[in-house]
Amino acid sequence: MNALIVLRPGPLTTVQDLGRRGVAHLGVPRAGALDAAAHRAANRLVGNPGEAATLETTLGGVALRALVGPLLVAVTGAPAAVTVAGQPAAWGAAVLLPAGAVLEVGPAQSGVRGYLAVRGGIAVPPVLGSRSADLLSGLGPAPLRSGDRLPVGAAPGPGPLPELVPLPAPPSELVLRLRLGPRADWFAPDVPVALAAARYRVAAASNRVALRTEGPALARSRRGELESEGMVLGAVQVPPDGQPVVFLADHPTTGGYPVLGVVPAADLDAAAQARPGTPVRFTVVRGRS
Amino acid sequence: MDDELTVRPVGDRALLLEAGSAEQVAALYARLLAERTAGRLGEVAEIVPAARTVLLDGVARPAELARAVAGWTLTAAQAVSGPLLEVPTVYDGADLAEVAALWGVGEAQAVEIHSGVEYRVAFCGFAPGFGYLTGLPERYAVPRRATPRPSVPAGAVALAGPYTGVYPRSSPGGWQLLGRTELTLWDERRDPAALLAPGVRVRFVPVGAVE
Repeated sequence: MNALIVLRPGPLTTVQDLGRRGVAHLGVPRAGALDAAAHRAANRLVGNPGEAATLETTLGGVALRALVGPLLVAVTGAPAAVTVAGQPAAWGAAVLLPAGAVLEVGPAQSGVRGYLAVRGGIAVPPVLGSRSADLLSGLGPAPLRSGDRLPVGAAPGPGPLPELVPLPAPPSELVLRLRLGPRADWFAPDVPVALAAARYRVAAASNRVALRTEGPALARSRRGELESEGMVLGAVQVPPDGQPVVFLADHPTTGGYPVLGVVPAADLDAAAQARPGTPVRFTVVRGRS
Repeated sequence: MDDELTVRPVGDRALLLEAGSAEQVAALYARLLAERTAGRLGEVAEIVPAARTVLLDGVARPAELARAVAGWTLTAAQAVSGPLLEVPTVYDGADLAEVAALWGVGEAQAVEIHSGVEYRVAFCGFAPGFGYLTGLPERYAVPRRATPRPSVPAGAVALAGPYTGVYPRSSPGGWQLLGRTELTLWDERRDPAALLAPGVRVRFVPVGAVE
């Protein structure tokens, strides 16, 4: 079987696909690529289906050697320098990696998370229907370490269609739509208006579990404890300190802080690329989108 | 049991169904599973019970489903249909004496009380395969430990509030430890991965320590 050998894992590189579904009632988080659009684009560039597993890098890139080759690879998400055998190669396009050659993805020039797809997909054994690393509960493959051998699956049917992925501009502001509920009634009546007018920043403690924000505290109108209830991707939980927390892919399946509203999944790709310090604005939407 | 359900929209693709009691949640969860099996629920990716709610996530047509569910009446009989799991338990937990004292009984009687009840997995959370079991009468509820332990071994049978739980793997924990079981409650490579899935009925069977 084809394989990639990890030479430099970077600060945090994990295997990700579209995540686990149908197991939340067992307390299993969904996991999956944080920037799902970039993950799908990388797969398209090498002719994989969207559910094939890619590598998700975090800020620092990754370096791998092709054990057998040639392999067709593509890098998307956070823009970064790409080299093959020391020579500059294209970002956001399919690139051929000869047997024995080293693929190097440099640090993210903007954004946070890069996606490296290889034709055939990263073929680690699936756990509960997914190859994703879940960093909250430790399911799936551990983050990459030097010397790891990553199996590559058999190439799927037809080859990729030529495509270019647009280079994303560094986001100057993260705008997140928010649909109120299910627990908006736990907050003071003026909170939706105050939230829309307020400016937050992405907090340094953000990770695959949640995008944490810092800014004006949101005031609760109800005291006491809410009993734990099921949580969805994009739920905006407000802990006692009043700072909104946006749940991302590795979020716990249940939680006990009231959820003011939910950010639609389409807005979370940008959240996955927002560096600490990035300004955040919430826009309250009403009615069905 | 015939209180109305409160249906709260959660974003564009999910609904939170709020029931009046844990018994109603059990009946609602059983009804939802039956409706899904019968193909009458439409597309729903996740059905997640909790203490007072059931979350439906990945719902293709939430408005339609919200209308249908709002008209349901629930009966307690719907809840008591899960399979029965016996959990052989060595009652030698570090907090057994403290729990017995809280209950105002001796240790042997505490074991009798705890093993004399049929439980039901109300919901999972905290970690994969960690079930929150209800069934112990309310007067036996105990507080969490003031200081959580940095490491509780896998298989520890423990109490907190009205719930009994069994740690599926070693983790930090603040529950009161009553005993331990050799059963592997969670194995992601096994089918089923979780023995303590919502709806499963449970009995703890006292056994002697295995040397």
